Amino acid sequence: MSSSAPSFDVAVIGAGAMGATAALHLARGGQRVALIDRGEICRQASGVNAGTLTLHMTRAALIPYAIRGRELWMDAVNWLGMDVGARAAPGLSLAFTEAEREMLEKRAAARTAMGAPIRLITPTEALAIEPGLNPSMIAAAFCELDGHVTAYLTGRAYRKALVAAGAGVFENTPVTGIAPEAGRYVIRHQDGGRTVARRLVLAGGVWLETMLGWLGIAVPIKCLVNQLIVTERMAPVMRSVVSIANGLLSLKQFENGTVLIGGGWQGLGDPVRGGVEAIPANLMGNVQLARHALPALGESRIVRIWLGLESESPDAMPIIGQLPGLDEAYVIGCVHSGYTSAPYMGQLLAERMLGNEPEMPLFDPARLIGKLEDTH
Amino acid sequence: MTVSPESGAPDVLVIGAGPAGVEAALAASAAGLRVVLVDEAAAAGGQVYRAAPRSFTGMTATPESRLGDDLRRRLAESAVETHFGHLVWSVSLGFRVDALAEGGPVSWSARRLVVASGAQERVVPFPGWTLPGVIGLAGATILLKSQHMLPGRRTLVAGQGPLLLAVAIGILKAGGEVAGVVDLASRGEWLATGAALLSRPDLAARGAGWVAQLHRRGVPLLYRQAIRRATARGDDIEVTVGPVERTGGPARGRERNFTVDAVAAGNGLTASTDVTRLLRAEHVFNEARGGWMPQVDAEFRTSVDGLFAVGDGAGIAGAAAAALHGRLVGLAIARELGALAPADHATQSASLRRSARRAGQFGAAMAGLMALRPGQVAGIAPEAVVCRCEDVTRREIDAACAEGVRSANQLKAWTRCGMGPCQGRICGDIASALVARHAGTEPRAGMFTGRTPFRPLPVAQLIKPVDYAELELPPPAPL
Repeated sequence: MSSSAPSFDVAVIGAGAMGATAALHLARGGQRVALIDRGEICRQASGVNAGTLTLHMTRAALIPYAIRGRELWMDAVNWLGMDVGARAAPGLSLAFTEAEREMLEKRAAARTAMGAPIRLITPTEALAIEPGLNPSMIAAAFCELDGHVTAYLTGRAYRKALVAAGAGVFENTPVTGIAPEAGRYVIRHQDGGRTVARRLVLAGGVWLETMLGWLGIAVPIKCLVNQLIVTERMAPVMRSVVSIANGLLSLKQFENGTVLIGGGWQGLGDPVRGGVEAIPANLMGNVQLARHALPALGESRIVRIWLGLESESPDAMPIIGQLPGLDEAYVIGCVHSGYTSAPYMGQLLAERMLGNEPEMPLFDPARLIGKLEDTH
Repeated sequence: MTVSPESGAPDVLVIGAGPAGVEAALAASAAGLRVVLVDEAAAAGGQVYRAAPRSFTGMTATPESRLGDDLRRRLAESAVETHFGHLVWSVSLGFRVDALAEGGPVSWSARRLVVASGAQERVVPFPGWTLPGVIGLAGATILLKSQHMLPGRRTLVAGQGPLLLAVAIGILKAGGEVAGVVDLASRGEWLATGAALLSRPDLAARGAGWVAQLHRRGVPLLYRQAIRRATARGDDIEVTVGPVERTGGPARGRERNFTVDAVAAGNGLTASTDVTRLLRAEHVFNEARGGWMPQVDAEFRTSVDGLFAVGDGAGIAGAAAAALHGRLVGLAIARELGALAPADHATQSASLRRSARRAGQFGAAMAGLMALRPGQVAGIAPEAVVCRCEDVTRREIDAACAEGVRSANQLKAWTRCGMGPCQGRICGDIASALVARHAGTEPRAGMFTGRTPFRPLPVAQLIKPVDYAELELPPPAPL
C-alpha cells in the first residue's frame, strides 16, 4: 500500500557523484530527500573511474562546467566534509605523430576558445615538467588546471555528508518501476517495498535508459565499458597527469605510489551484468601506450584491472533538466568524461529544483526524446 | 604473442596440477580428449604432493612423496599436454586462458575449463603476525617438504587443524626445536573426529604416533589455546599464548610467554576462488568446508556453462577426495563432449562416487577442525593488522562499518583493505567475516569481486617496447 510507504519531497534514484551531489544540496536546501541505489553510494562509474581532473579530455562545450567542477573537488573538505584525495597537478597531452600534432593543435584551440588555459609547448618544455616522458614526442599541450581525485574514497565522503544533512540513504535497494500517481511518484522496490515522493530525480548513469523507460520515455543510452589498470606502489615516476592527443591514455601516480592507467579502452560488459571482464588484447594495447609515454612503467607490475561503465547520450552531450510532460521529474547524467564536472552538475540541478536560476545552463532532455507517451 | 603453442585448440584446459587437476586431466585424456594442463609450479603435485627441486637427490621417501611420484609418472605417460612454470593471469569466458611463461605471454582457448586451484591458508590476525619470522603453517610445510629448510632454530607452532602436528613433526625430523604446539581445538574435539578417522586408519595411526613422539620429545601441547600477540625482542620474537573459549574467542586464564625465533601459525584452509569469482560463478558460504566456495553440482559443474571447479578449490575435502572428484570431472566432460558413452560413464562414475564418499568423511572431519569459529573473528584485537598489504587494522575496519559499510567491496573502497598486491587473497575471508558482523550474514557481506591479474603482472614480461607506428589504436575520443 502506497499510503503506508515512506514519503519524501524528492527521491533521487542513482547514487553516483551527480545524484549524490544533487541529493546533498537538496537536503541542505530543506527538502526531505531519499537517495536510492541498487548498490552502494559511488560504487559504479563514480567510484571506479580514473579520477582524472582534466580539461585536455573534456568536450570543448563542457570546459566551463569542468573548471567549476574541478574547483569543487579541490574544495571537497569544505562542502563535502572530507578530503577525497583531490590534488592539483600539471596536465600534459602528448603527440607522437604528425597526425596527433594536428589533432593536439586543433583540440587545444577549441578548448582554449571555451576558456581552458591550455597552451602548446615544446618537447623540451614538456620534459622539464615531466622528465620521465618519452623524449620521442614531437609536441605537447600543457594545462595548469588538471589534477586527480581518489575516486574510490568519494562514496564514504558522500555517505557521511548525506547522513549529516538528514537525507534518507537507501543503499542496496533496487528499484523495479516508478508510477506517477495523484501528483506523486510511487517507486517500487525489488523487495516489494515502496517509496513515495512528490519530486523525482533519475541519476542512473548507464541505467538511465531503463529508468526513463519506466516513465514511458525513450532515450537510447550507450554503455561504454572502460578498462582501468593500476600498478603496485612504485618510487615516484611522474607528478603530472598525462594523456595523448587522441584521448586514448590517462596516466597519473597517486601519493601512495600506485600508477593508474586509463584511456577508455574497452572491456566486456553491459548494464545488466556490469563490467564482466577485460579483453587481454585491449589490456596489452593500453599498457603499450602507457609504457611508450612513460618508459619507467616497464619496471612496474600490474596489480589490478577493472572495468567501469560510462554512459553516453545520442549526441554525446549531457542530459540534465526537467523531463517534459511530467510534473517535477528530472534527469541528470551522460556527461562525457563527466567525473570532473560531476559535483558542479549536481549542484546546478539542485539549484534549479530549489527554485533558483542555475549559474550555467542545464542540458534540456527534450532534444533527445524520441517518443513520449502520456503517462497520466 | 604466441597462441596455443601446439596446433589446434584443446577440448579441455585444466588449471592446477594438484591431485584434482591431474586426475581430471588424465581421465579426460584417457577418453581421447585433447587436454592441456597448466600450473605455475615446476612440476605436478600441487601443495600436498609438492615435488622437491630436481637437484635434491637421495631424499627419504614419505607416503606423500610416493603418491606424488606416482601422480607425476602417470601424467608423464599420458597424452596430456602439460605447461609448468606458467602463471595464469587471466581467464575469460569462452574460455580463453592467458598465462605468462619465461618466453613471454601465451594463451589457449578451450571448450571446457576445469579450475583445480586448490586451497590457501587462512591466518586469523593477531598483533605481530606481520613480523619477520612469523610464517603460515602452509608456508612452513612448503619449506620443510620441498626445500628441506627449517623456519627457524626454535619455532612455536600454533593455530588449528591437522597441519599443526605435521609441521611440528617435520621440524623435529629436520633437526629443529619446537617450543610448543598451541592448538585451538580441545583434546575432546580431536577425539570426536574418531569415527571419521576410521575411514583412513593409516592417517589416524600416523597422527597418534606424532602426538606420542611430541610427548617423548617433551614438546608442550597446549589445547584450547591461541596466540594473543607476538612482539619483536631483538632478533627474537616473544609470543604470548592464552586460553580460548570453545567458540575460539579469548578466555580468562593464565597467559604464557615463549621466546622463539620463528612462529608457524595457521588457521585452516579456504578454497582458492580467484578464477570462479572472476568468471562470476555463483558462490556459497559453508564455514565447515572453509567458508566461501563456488556452488557446484554432483559432477562439479559451476553455475557458468562449461566451467568446472574441483578439489579443495570447490570446498575443503582433502587430497584423497580431490583425486577421486577430479576423475569424476574428467569422466563428466568426456561424456558431455561425446568421448564416453553414457552407460560407461554411469558405471565408472558410480564406483568413484562410493570411494569418494569414504574419502570425504576424513576430509570433512579435518575441515571441521580447520573451520573458522565465530569467537576467533570477534576476538581479533583492534590493533591487529588485517590487510597486511595496505596496513588496515581491525579498528579501521570496525570504524568503516560503524560509518555504514555493509559489504566487503564497499570496505575495500573505503579503506583499501584488499587493494594491495595480494588482491585480498590473504585478508579476504577475514575481512568479509568482520563486515558480516555488521551486515548480518556472510552472504550479505559478500566477497571481494574477482579481478585480473591473479598475480602481479610484470609489464616487461607482458609486453615488449614497440615502435609507436605499430600500435593498433582505437578511434580517438570525441572533441
